Amino acid sequence: MRPTRETASEFDALDRALLNGFQNGFPLSPRPYAEVADRLGTTEDDVLARLRRLSESGAVSRVGAVVAPHRAGWSTLAAMAVPADRLDAVAGLISGFREVNHNYEREHRLNLWFVVTGRDPAHVADVLRAIAEATGIEVLDLPMESAYRLSLGFELQWS
Amino acid sequence: MELTAEDRALLAALEDGLPLVPRPYAEIGAAVGLSERRTRERLAALRDNGVISRFGVVVRHRELGYRANAMTVWDVSDDRVDEAGRAIAAMPGVTLCYRRPRRRPDWPYNLFCMVHGRNRAAVEQTIEQITRKAGLDGSARAILFSRRRFKQRGARYDRAPAPDDAVATGE
Repeated sequence: MRPTRETASEFDALDRALLNGFQNGFPLSPRPYAEVADRLGTTEDDVLARLRRLSESGAVSRVGAVVAPHRAGWSTLAAMAVPADRLDAVAGLISGFREVNHNYEREHRLNLWFVVTGRDPAHVADVLRAIAEATGIEVLDLPMESAYRLSLGFELQWS
Repeated sequence: MELTAEDRALLAALEDGLPLVPRPYAEIGAAVGLSERRTRERLAALRDNGVISRFGVVVRHRELGYRANAMTVWDVSDDRVDEAGRAIAAMPGVTLCYRRPRRRPDWPYNLFCMVHGRNRAAVEQTIEQITRKAGLDGSARAILFSRRRFKQRGARYDRAPAPDDAVATGE
């Protein structure tokens, strides 16, 4: 797990504007970072340097695309009840699958929650089966049935 | 909607994010044999038709001081769940809200939402507001705070799309 290294006070006004103002609708112009810089009143080099620093510190995961669920493949949320003394090993095994992109311990009898993505439902089912067989623990398959809200970004408040 | 091989290749090239160089679309395009113009046009089309639900800076909440997050789940009758889901989706503090299947007896819950906050108390307060405003006081509920993050990154696009899925605390 990546340690928490930054706190809100370490971000200046331009960092905050970059983090809050460009989570969606990132420019598709040939020089998008220059366009961002224009809007923020700074230079392209400064925007690139800030994004590099924020990426290195872990505050920014990436500048990237989030694909709507089930628009171009299949994904599911899976849950397992893992005995405490096996949790690290089982979590490590699951994180090792390239089809797993999120993996969290949560406070519940079902204590391990992860997202599996694949080309289609059969691909996802194969991964869930492989995990169940490797661990001997039942895997609950909880695919999305309706999306009432997709993530459109996250408003950071600095107070 | 089926994606073309070209679109899949493009999303695959983007999986680790847009390169931090002055002409990133030229670089992404070169990796999959597309011109800069074609790359920009396809990304715009994928955004316009909703395949890409969001395109921009993806932050990690924890590193930004939002140390607490909880997945809250309710068991809502099938004839009321859509109404409750839409109500929750509109409330401040909610980042994701989905309906998923129950798996009785282990899992009786069908409505899921994700809330992030600076600390546990702030998240709990938001959850109580959501529960009250959505009229879910009488519904069975569980709150699953996250304890440890083992893995968080974008999905691998060559085999799969990056999902906007529910335990995504950083997406």
